[in-house]
Amino acid sequence: MNDPHIAKAFDRDLEAIQALVMKMGGLVEEAIREAAKSLKTRDTERAEKVRQGDRKIDELEDLINTQCAQLLAIRQPAATDLRTVLTVMKIAGNLERIGDYAKNIAKRTEVLSHMQPIEGASSAIRRMSKEVEAMLSDALDSYIRRDATVGEDVRHRDLEVDQMYNALFREFLTFMMEDPRNITACMHLHFIAKNIERMGDHVTSIADQVIYLSTGQFPDDQRPKDNQSIYKVEGFEEADE
Amino acid sequence: MMKDNVENKVGVDAMNVKFSARDVQVYYGDNHAIKDVNVDILDKTVTAFIGPSGCGKSTFLRSLNRMNDTIPICRVEGDILLDGEDINAPQVDPVQLRAKVGMVFQKPNPFPKSIYDNIAYGPRIHGLARNKAELDEIVEKSLRRGAIWDEVKDRLDAPGTGLSGGQQQRLCIARAVATEPEVLLMDEPCSALDPIATAQVEELIDELKASYSVVIVTHSMQQAARVSQKTAFFHLGNLVEYDDTTTIFTNPRDTRTESYITGRIG
Ligand SMILES: Nc1ncnc2c1ncn2[C@@H]1O[C@H](COP(=O)(O)OP(=O)(O)O)[C@@H](O)[C@H]1O
Ligand SMILES: [Mg+2]
Repeated sequence: MNDPHIAKAFDRDLEAIQALVMKMGGLVEEAIREAAKSLKTRDTERAEKVRQGDRKIDELEDLINTQCAQLLAIRQPAATDLRTVLTVMKIAGNLERIGDYAKNIAKRTEVLSHMQPIEGASSAIRRMSKEVEAMLSDALDSYIRRDATVGEDVRHRDLEVDQMYNALFREFLTFMMEDPRNITACMHLHFIAKNIERMGDHVTSIADQVIYLSTGQFPDDQRPKDNQSIYKVEGFEEADE
Repeated sequence: MMKDNVENKVGVDAMNVKFSARDVQVYYGDNHAIKDVNVDILDKTVTAFIGPSGCGKSTFLRSLNRMNDTIPICRVEGDILLDGEDINAPQVDPVQLRAKVGMVFQKPNPFPKSIYDNIAYGPRIHGLARNKAELDEIVEKSLRRGAIWDEVKDRLDAPGTGLSGGQQQRLCIARAVATEPEVLLMDEPCSALDPIATAQVEELIDELKASYSVVIVTHSMQQAARVSQKTAFFHLGNLVEYDDTTTIFTNPRDTRTESYITGRIG
């Protein structure tokens, strides 16, 4: 449906809300990147910028919701137009949550900067965050192209993120058992890993919205789940969905 | 969750089918106004006909109660079955048919008579009442069904033409139901009404579907979405898409339907 509307203002409004979501997506990608970098380099100034930047992301979500509400009231969109508005609102919600997780990572980075570093942890977390950032970038690209196939790919990559989380979890557990003085730092690092794993779930939800937008249907199969995970830890099973 | 998008859902529920149209063509002289239309219209359901002006909605609607017979240059081909019976068969009396398949028009057209006589006219000519008491009963029942009884019960002798536009339209609906029809055809019944009167007529349509098969032609997408359970989209004389109203308005299959309902040039 690339034909223009008879009412040109309708096209402008729809484009405007989608542009806002893309702007929000750009800020969130940056927040993920900067939070992971600040953790790696123990850069509290950078972390503080991530915390400050979250306000802008929240404001954009409010703006998007307001504009969507106005568009629903004034234009009564149907079919693709309706799905565009619905998915924009949902995606803005997912992005806002991801932004919150990035902000939380930045907070913990500031605490961690005063502690003895845990060997290899920040690099592993950075790898994980890079994967999530790439998934987000691909999901948003596929949104613009209305490409449902990337959605499928993103859902699979989220599995790898879950596995990275499970591996890290096990590693932190080992560190903590080896030396209880590591416990505080490892707990913070664990929450950071968990935050990134949750980001992956929100990116998967964005991918589902792309599938809905382009096909009119949500993927009906459950997200593929890796039940044979070798990283399973008794009582702390793999990442929840 | 994934819903199967079956080919034009013709014959979804055979038990519930009121009208069956098979390969219907309508011509005005050389103008082929309705082309190869196949559709099953369900009982106790509101079906909306939508599409751009001149696409043949009214023409097809009129073919369902043989109103096209009154247009000399008009020719209808194909089969239109009402409860399995061909309505164009020689033994069918069009006047009887129209009592069974009532019609409400765009502009409310009460007779220049009293409110009472507007309703009593049909039952009288079809001999539905044996005496004045029975007729009174039919009039009251019809006006109640038309959701206008409370507004007119104290002035049944007043002329129907003195009512407001919205009241006149509900009077016409009451008149249409007075002959105990099974189907109500409505051609843009709200286009001359204000939003409040429109809402009242829509509410009435929603009540009527418990007893009748209702077919409504409307130019308002929102109205089609609000009142109907099935929607048929016509374009250049073709029935392009026929499906559940929710499907048509959230995920239509044909790009022509989508262009139309989303207000695109297409
Ligand atoms: N009484 C008539 N005589 C001749 N042509 C007609 C008549 N009514 C409709 N038509 C033609 O049939 C086509 C369909 O018209 P109509 O059924 O009124 O469309 P709609 O109700 O969708 O606006 C148009 O080309 C119109 O000009
Ligand atoms: Mg018409």
